[in-house]
Amino acid sequence: MNDGDSPPSLSGSDLLPPPPLPPRRIVSSGGGGGGGGGGEAHLQVAPAQSKPTTAVTSIDISTLSFPDGSRGTFSTSGGGSGSGSGHGTPPNHRVSSDLAADSMSVMSFAATLRPPGDLASLITGEFNRKSPAWMLLRSQSASVPPFQGVRLDRVNGLAGFEREFDDIPEPAAQGAANDDGVRVALWKSKMKHYMILSSAGKPIYSRHGDLGLINSSMGVVQTIISFYEGAKDPLLGFTAGDARFVIATEGPLYFVAISRLGESDSQLRSQLDALYMQILSTLTLPTLKNIFIHRPSTDLRKPLEGTESLLSSLADSFTMGSPSALLGALECLRLRKSQRHSINNAFLKMRSDKLLYGLIVAGGKLVSVIRPRKHSLHPSDLQLIFNMLFESGGIKSGGGENWIPLCLPAFNNSGYLYMYVSFFDTDNPENPSSTEPPPPPPPIQEQPPPPGSLDDNDDQIAIILISPDKESFYDLKDMRDKVAQQLTKTGSLAIIHAAAKLGRPQVSSIAPGAQISHFLYKSRANVQFCMPSLEPAFGGGGHGPEKLVARRKLMSLYHQLHASMHARHSHLKVLHCVGEDAASLAWITPVFEFYCVAGPNISRAVMTQGANKIIQWAKREEERLFIIGGGVF
Amino acid sequence: MADLANAPKPSSSVKLVLLGEAAVGKSSLVLRFVNNDFQENKEPTIGAAFLTQKCNLPTRTIKFEIWDTAGQERFASLAPMYYRNAQAALVVYDLTKPASLVKAKHWVAELQRQASPGIVIALVGNKLDLTNDESTSTATTASAENSSEGGAESNGADDSGDARKVSTDEAKTYADEEGLLFFETSAKTGHNVTEVFTAIANAIPETSLKSARGGAGGGGAGGGGNAAHGAGRSEEQRVNLNGPRDPNAKEGCAC
Ligand SMILES: Nc1nc2c(ncn2[C@@H]2O[C@H](COP(=O)(O)OP(=O)(O)OP(=O)(O)O)[C@@H](O)[C@H]2O)c(=O)[nH]1
Ligand SMILES: [Mg+2]
Repeated sequence: MNDGDSPPSLSGSDLLPPPPLPPRRIVSSGGGGGGGGGGEAHLQVAPAQSKPTTAVTSIDISTLSFPDGSRGTFSTSGGGSGSGSGHGTPPNHRVSSDLAADSMSVMSFAATLRPPGDLASLITGEFNRKSPAWMLLRSQSASVPPFQGVRLDRVNGLAGFEREFDDIPEPAAQGAANDDGVRVALWKSKMKHYMILSSAGKPIYSRHGDLGLINSSMGVVQTIISFYEGAKDPLLGFTAGDARFVIATEGPLYFVAISRLGESDSQLRSQLDALYMQILSTLTLPTLKNIFIHRPSTDLRKPLEGTESLLSSLADSFTMGSPSALLGALECLRLRKSQRHSINNAFLKMRSDKLLYGLIVAGGKLVSVIRPRKHSLHPSDLQLIFNMLFESGGIKSGGGENWIPLCLPAFNNSGYLYMYVSFFDTDNPENPSSTEPPPPPPPIQEQPPPPGSLDDNDDQIAIILISPDKESFYDLKDMRDKVAQQLTKTGSLAIIHAAAKLGRPQVSSIAPGAQISHFLYKSRANVQFCMPSLEPAFGGGGHGPEKLVARRKLMSLYHQLHASMHARHSHLKVLHCVGEDAASLAWITPVFEFYCVAGPNISRAVMTQGANKIIQWAKREEERLFIIGGGVF
Repeated sequence: MADLANAPKPSSSVKLVLLGEAAVGKSSLVLRFVNNDFQENKEPTIGAAFLTQKCNLPTRTIKFEIWDTAGQERFASLAPMYYRNAQAALVVYDLTKPASLVKAKHWVAELQRQASPGIVIALVGNKLDLTNDESTSTATTASAENSSEGGAESNGADDSGDARKVSTDEAKTYADEEGLLFFETSAKTGHNVTEVFTAIANAIPETSLKSARGGAGGGGAGGGGNAAHGAGRSEEQRVNLNGPRDPNAKEGCAC
């Protein structure tokens, strides 16, 4: 829909056109890859989800008086730092129906929020005012944590969310009479669906249920979409009952999200965009186009073979609620500036000529990035890489080193890059894989935690080296060995390990006394975010269902705040909401986006004070929390 | 694998590639060989994985550099990169899926056409644990092993509830014709897994070992190999269920 008119600012001022890539070969595509010319391909690319990250940007942070100075900066939206939220739907792409839909979804899903259009003032205050008696009662206990004492499962419609990720059983062998009925009921009970189909109506992917089960539903969807398509008025979304349907058309593919979790249209749209990016990452755009030009009725499942689990882990991370996806930003491992510096330097010093990007990642958090001056890394590309490495089991559990062809669509959607991945072995970091006679079987690998888990202390360290040269495996392996040796020698590896094990800090250690339960802080210039530990308030102990639900509640609240702040024409800078179960505050300046959550009884003044403390901390710690620029060569 | 001698032995690396249809168990065989582990729901390999593992022979140590490739069709075009310099290939099929043997034959043909001439190829039928052979052939282990193991297997194929769809006979005959090593394995139980790698190690011509990554060198997969193979086998403590471990298979070895 929005193809081709992405504002130039989204690509970053220092981003030159990517270099030509070696032609690719893919067996299944028959026609071969190199088809579409580069220029043409570029017209088709969806706008990058965000500004390139870790790039040196032009924003002049020093001119802002922090944190109170934000008052003086309301009128502008940050110039060089990009005006978008980091999401796929820049404001000027919104058509009015989209807007209407947005405010509708806020209205209908968020009992605690007003429609954004009404919010002209900075702070809306306690518009959710209760009876004097209630006020009196609740003032008795100022320190009630959020989401306590109210049956939120009902209030937020999260009943059954703990079973959201359970599989729908295979059909019984000899079709029991009501078997399909049961399975359809199970399917309908899911709060979130993602479907992908071709414009010819061929099902390609569905998160829940085998394609046989939902074939007819797919048919209906296709009919509805193509009806509007035929009328030259593409359908973008609609509401049925408590479910919001959002549709994205990307060339020959339809993407459908169905949500009962209260996300806004643009949030759902950026999720669909990520699924599309995953498909491009597998196939490349020219191949995708070729396939459908030659045979519009192609079944895309074969060429996409194996991508399904990646799509599902992406989808599940959205359904669980991913701060990274919501903010379109990355999380970094907190390290001292000097430590990060020495890691960057070791990394740069051992650089192979074949290298395009080099990353060190610990438990899904970025530790170090090195890149050519000309090229930045896009969050949407990194999201795909992180999803492949940390959320879906394939590579992590494999052991050894991996050599993976993949397309990074925001970098260049028309060709493949080659990614070397190796996880550092904790005991023996210099050896990527065992070279000794088989040791006694290692402790059996635990079943991976639920998808999209936001585990605090996942301390697996991976090194990722990306090259356009498919023959460069041994060069990159060599580089990896040298880097590992160097990092071990200097003790950096131990430092990374310790930092990863430590996990995210508690709010109480960041801002002692602040009665804030959780926050998200996004540095807009760096396209990175940080947050405190989810434990214990939103941990619920263990991986149990309570944890799943507690996290989703928190993430739903963040989604609502985010949607209100980013709704078109809202021009909100600060938003304070009080509901029965939680109070929340959102605050956006050209420098940062800040969202926080506290118990329902906290006063606005106390909350603002707490927020200020955290923002001061983030400013103070900026060079530890975020990678600023990264190692450039 | 036991390390009998700790004295330094000549050691050489052997580049080995695994090929075969998706989900036949290539990664599982490697995981068993390298970590002595098995995962029930192993995810498909993306691209390729590179692992190393040493194999101690009485006279020398072989360091395998293993390329475990993805079987999914969309990665097939990358395969030449991995087998180009390989000295050994393990072509795997799933003996409960006839189509996977067809695919394996394609790989063998491609290797014979395009890989280095001296390459040692082993054909491996995996997932033996899904067959009923264990019950039918535990008894035969001692007696029938030196005779034709094919007879016992094809009996197994007739049993109801047996998932075997490719008879040992059929695969063995093909392997003999093409001069391939042949094994039936289970990555799940570990049956015959080490044996495959040991047999390959023994079958690598001395000449190609001299130049560690040469790969050329054709010539005798010869008798020394067989002897060492026997020794390697006796180190192995596992009960050897009806393994079709015919040393003669090696003689035809792709030269
Ligand atoms: N019963 C049984 N299952 C096996 C055996 N070997 C592998 N499997 C299972 O078969 C499935 C596929 O195994 P993989 O090792 O991933 O197969 P692969 O050949 O590496 O597949 P690709 O990487 O996609 O090419 C997994 O679920 C394994 O657990 C075996 O010997 N017996
Ligand atoms: Mg595999």
